Amino acid sequence: MKSATYIERLNRPLRTYAFLFLAFLYVPVLFLPLFSFNDSLYISFPLKAFTTKWYAQMFADQPMHAALMNSLKVGVATAVFATILGVFGAKAVTRYRIPGRKPVVFTIMLPLVIPGIIMGVALLMLVSRLGIPLSLYTVTLGHVLISVPFAMAILIARFEGFDKSMEEAAADLGDNAWWTFWRVTFPIVFPGILASLLLTFTISFDEFIMAFFLSGTDPTLPIYIWSQLRFPKKLPGVLALGSVILVVSFVVVFASQWLRGRGAARISDESSEP
Amino acid sequence: MSDTVSIAVRPAGPGRSWRSRLRALYLRSEALRGYTLLSPTLVVMAFAMVAPFTILVAMSFWTQTGFDIDTTLTLRNYQEAADAPVYRALLIRSLWISGTCAVLTVLFSYPMAYYVAFHVHRRKLVWIILMTLPFWTSYLLRVFSWKVILGYNGAINSGLKSLGLIEQPLEFLLYSPTAIVITLAHAWAAFAILPIYVSLEKIDRSLLEAAADLGDGPVARFLRVTLPLSLPGVIAASLLIFIPTVGDYITPTLVGGPDGIMIANLIQVQFGRVNDWPMGATLAILMMIVVGLISVTYIWLSRKAIERIA
Repeated sequence: MKSATYIERLNRPLRTYAFLFLAFLYVPVLFLPLFSFNDSLYISFPLKAFTTKWYAQMFADQPMHAALMNSLKVGVATAVFATILGVFGAKAVTRYRIPGRKPVVFTIMLPLVIPGIIMGVALLMLVSRLGIPLSLYTVTLGHVLISVPFAMAILIARFEGFDKSMEEAAADLGDNAWWTFWRVTFPIVFPGILASLLLTFTISFDEFIMAFFLSGTDPTLPIYIWSQLRFPKKLPGVLALGSVILVVSFVVVFASQWLRGRGAARISDESSEP
Repeated sequence: MSDTVSIAVRPAGPGRSWRSRLRALYLRSEALRGYTLLSPTLVVMAFAMVAPFTILVAMSFWTQTGFDIDTTLTLRNYQEAADAPVYRALLIRSLWISGTCAVLTVLFSYPMAYYVAFHVHRRKLVWIILMTLPFWTSYLLRVFSWKVILGYNGAINSGLKSLGLIEQPLEFLLYSPTAIVITLAHAWAAFAILPIYVSLEKIDRSLLEAAADLGDGPVARFLRVTLPLSLPGVIAASLLIFIPTVGDYITPTLVGGPDGIMIANLIQVQFGRVNDWPMGATLAILMMIVVGLISVTYIWLSRKAIERIA
């Protein structure tokens, strides 16, 4: 590579900066697990003895279990609905030349740039005017709304990455629409679907603002954490819970991004082969 | 997925019913089939956006009377919002905090995105995932971890004290607009890095070689080729941070203190303690209008600027 010699050569200060930047992103978050093992009610240095009692306390906390179950239910429902809507939308905008494609995609992506509080209060007013009681269903509605743009973005990239002629070949060979989808389209976009399921689940699982306005008497996990922040005695338990959530989120998101990236890399490898 | 059912179409005949005619028309029109497939997504999204926003606008012209809402249309809320200086002051402060945050985050994220776009050759994917990973984890917990760090007895203050460097806790760290800017910059960094990275990655490397061959040094090359071509990413990044952060109320609540209350805190209490939904709706709409106007002006100005450079 000629360009590597004088344009893209190693730049040490820049590399140092990049590592510092990563530290800025990760170090603050690491304080939660650090203090969650500290044997003190107060979050401050110097550290006292090592303990796992906050984790034991957290696992014994019944309301936390209920909140966790609520979050899991909402997360799974959100992931499934948002991904199904994403598959429909992504296939339609990538496979058909439809007039007004740009405004349509813009409309679907709009929740990305609207402040969460606006979406939250607007949906709250709607469900209350319609007389729908606040419940986990209304939270799911809000979460689907903000998750669909992410599902669409992932799936559009995936649908754009593969050759339309493979679907056409299956249809020509006599597969009907469903068989074409199950035997050709689905296996190829499967990593994208999996990535979308994982990512939308995490978005819902960690989401706070929509749940804040739209949940009724059943709190989701972030709402439960918020309610605990007021009590200083509960803080170490919140740290323990937060650490667990962070670790699980990191693993799930890393898996989803890796699947997405690898899937994209494999497609380009296949298409570049002679 | 109804696009390949066409195999089953019966041969055309004189006695063809209007139904099969419609069907043939449907199968021939790509746009129709596309929209059919798109319809579930579009209908759900359109309904979930249009209906709530219609109510939001309607509600802003209603008034709260005790526990009921009076649905006669009136501009009273807007009048009140215009008259009371507290709303304007908080809106201006929110715009100021979010604007500062957007500028700083873009400035600090640019070199990072530049490094990954131009200097990382192997394991690019790992870098991209590492840069964006924190963004997907709980917003609440990330803001909370800053409270843990910046607090009166938090990690920084207690750490410095136990090292004997300070006697009294540093008070400017927590409960100030500065704390909000730091926390928001950390929380939204991924939104800055990704668009800038994408715009840098798209730059044709041969343009840089051409500039180098024509005698430009690294600085001139950056200022005349790389920077102008990456401006769309910079503009997108700053808006992607500015617009949502104006409406944040978690960060001000947790780390802002009394001097850090933002307009969204005021909106939120209208739906909680104050219980004046119409006023909340009015404030939400005013905030959206102001943010929208600023964004449109910003895009327009930067388009002009780019045209002038080009």
